[in-house]
Amino acid sequence: MKILVCISHVPDTTSKINFTEGDTKFDTNGVQFVINPNDEFGLTRAMWFKEKQGANVTVVNVGGPETEPTLRKALAIGADEAIRVNAEATDGAFVAKQLAKVAQDGGYDLIIAGRESIDYNGGMVPGMLATLTDANFVNTCIGLEVEGNEATAVREIDGGKETIQTSLPLVIGGQKGLVEESDLRIPNMRGIMMARKKQLTIVEPADASNETKAVKFEKPAPKGAVKLVSPDNLDELVSLLHNEAKVI
Amino acid sequence: MKPDLFEAPDYYNVDELLSDEHKLVRDAARQWVKREVSPIIEDFAQRAEFPDQIIGGLAEIGAFGPYIPVEYGGAGLDQISYGLIMQEIERGDSGVRSTASVQSSLVMYPIWKYGTEEQRKKYLPKLASGEFMGCFGLTEPDHGSNPGGMVTNFKDKGDHYLLNGAKLWISNAPFADVAVVWAKDESGRIHGLIVERGMEGFSTPETHNKWSLRASATGELIFDNVKVPKENLLPGKSGLGAPLGCLDSARYGIAWGAIGAAMDCYDTALRYAKERIQFDKPIAATQLQQKKLAEMITEITKAQLLAWRLGVLREEGRATSAQISMAKRNNVEMAIKIAREARQVLGGMGITGEYSIMRHMVNLESVITYEGTHDIHLLITGMDITGHAAFK
Repeated sequence: MKILVCISHVPDTTSKINFTEGDTKFDTNGVQFVINPNDEFGLTRAMWFKEKQGANVTVVNVGGPETEPTLRKALAIGADEAIRVNAEATDGAFVAKQLAKVAQDGGYDLIIAGRESIDYNGGMVPGMLATLTDANFVNTCIGLEVEGNEATAVREIDGGKETIQTSLPLVIGGQKGLVEESDLRIPNMRGIMMARKKQLTIVEPADASNETKAVKFEKPAPKGAVKLVSPDNLDELVSLLHNEAKVI
Repeated sequence: MKPDLFEAPDYYNVDELLSDEHKLVRDAARQWVKREVSPIIEDFAQRAEFPDQIIGGLAEIGAFGPYIPVEYGGAGLDQISYGLIMQEIERGDSGVRSTASVQSSLVMYPIWKYGTEEQRKKYLPKLASGEFMGCFGLTEPDHGSNPGGMVTNFKDKGDHYLLNGAKLWISNAPFADVAVVWAKDESGRIHGLIVERGMEGFSTPETHNKWSLRASATGELIFDNVKVPKENLLPGKSGLGAPLGCLDSARYGIAWGAIGAAMDCYDTALRYAKERIQFDKPIAATQLQQKKLAEMITEITKAQLLAWRLGVLREEGRATSAQISMAKRNNVEMAIKIAREARQVLGGMGITGEYSIMRHMVNLESVITYEGTHDIHLLITGMDITGHAAFK
């Protein structure tokens, strides 16, 4: 089985978020980047297929040279090879078309993407990618088994789970549940040493245009001051909620 | 203990001086410490027990001999990678870092540098994987800053050496499988010998009731007519310069390690100061706390640059022992001062095991004394710049 894992290069969840150029561009200054957590759950599941079923795992990212450390980390964790599509990733349709080209050229059986990246939260790429590659698609995937050409996927649905039988080729939009946080792998020294020798191929982007453009980013309004009311003074609390907060 | 919320400070974008591989190695060690060390270390320190379940993990992240060539089981990494691994481990605990320092610089390093090919092949892969743990015997009860005065000695008995003497303050001694021991031959010249657990007359009693490095096992090495096979002598170098070469490597790692302890204290104090409200505002808004925190980040930044530059010099084979002394001395003092100040920022909370600060603070009392005391390192700098040795 040939697996393609799509890796987004995203700011660490603890990063301080700011925007530049008139609130049109994310300020990367001083920001640490990591593998998108939804993708990391998928990558870890792919490692399981590699170790238990002999799958071959390629990781792919659409981005500039600054995203290569993220791909190297995926190689150190155990992916067999990496591909970087040399283009800035700002539009879901554009990214999906680039990934589709890589997927078609490589003839992958299973494509694991994250349900969404945790930076812009577009959530568009996995579905578009399935359409463009004419593959089956399971989104919000929290469990995946593959036997021969058959796949059993578990989806998270509102308040429960849905188990789906489908076949390869398959694209999944994965998330936590594919594996648990405690299963995520820390690159060990052997992996880091082996990653030095693994192939990281840079390909130029396929002809495609951006269909959307961010014109403005806004941060949430800062939290207001907190007023503490003594538990003995319920009248004051009711009065504040009624007259000041105007919620009752 | 509180969850480990550590975020590493990098005020001068020192990360830009590092390669992608340095950062990968560093971040893997950082992630491992968060997952495997932080949740358990306070408990082990309180109980004065070494957490031996982390030995496998230390080996996996490359903490045992990262710069030892791959053919001997090492990772073949550079000196800055070694430093960064030590920094991250000591961010967790100086005792755990001590175990890794000893294994790497005081056991694997002399076997690699001064050992025979047979010795390298026999010991290094097992030490790199953690299958063997090692310790280093130089200090004696009556010879600390003056190791050249040692009385531990060995006699040539034809088909073996007969070793007698005692070593004190030996990290890893209670559980070590092998000990690199420095002793005088019949002419008074210092040589290194590899002593293995199980040799008759060799014992390693543990030193109890320490207030510092409580999660690290410390002990004595006692040699009572120990027959050491002749092939266990390290032939590549003799004289005091041989053990001092190992100490250069270990002290270099400590110069980085201390930054980790300081970063953890600073990060904890900064977070606490922003959250702790007194007089209706966070204490971080008061001038005296800002003075403490601003001085901490200034000193950490200076220490980072000192260690980075020393790493470059060491990688190029140009770092002198005196330069290493300066970095070890400066950075450990920096860390212990930050630990004390950070303890005050946390007020009473700073003395509890809920936070790592007091554990770092008492650990650093050992670190400022071992591997060359704070005073001796000053005198090494003094000797280097004046040409006069003031400690003899």
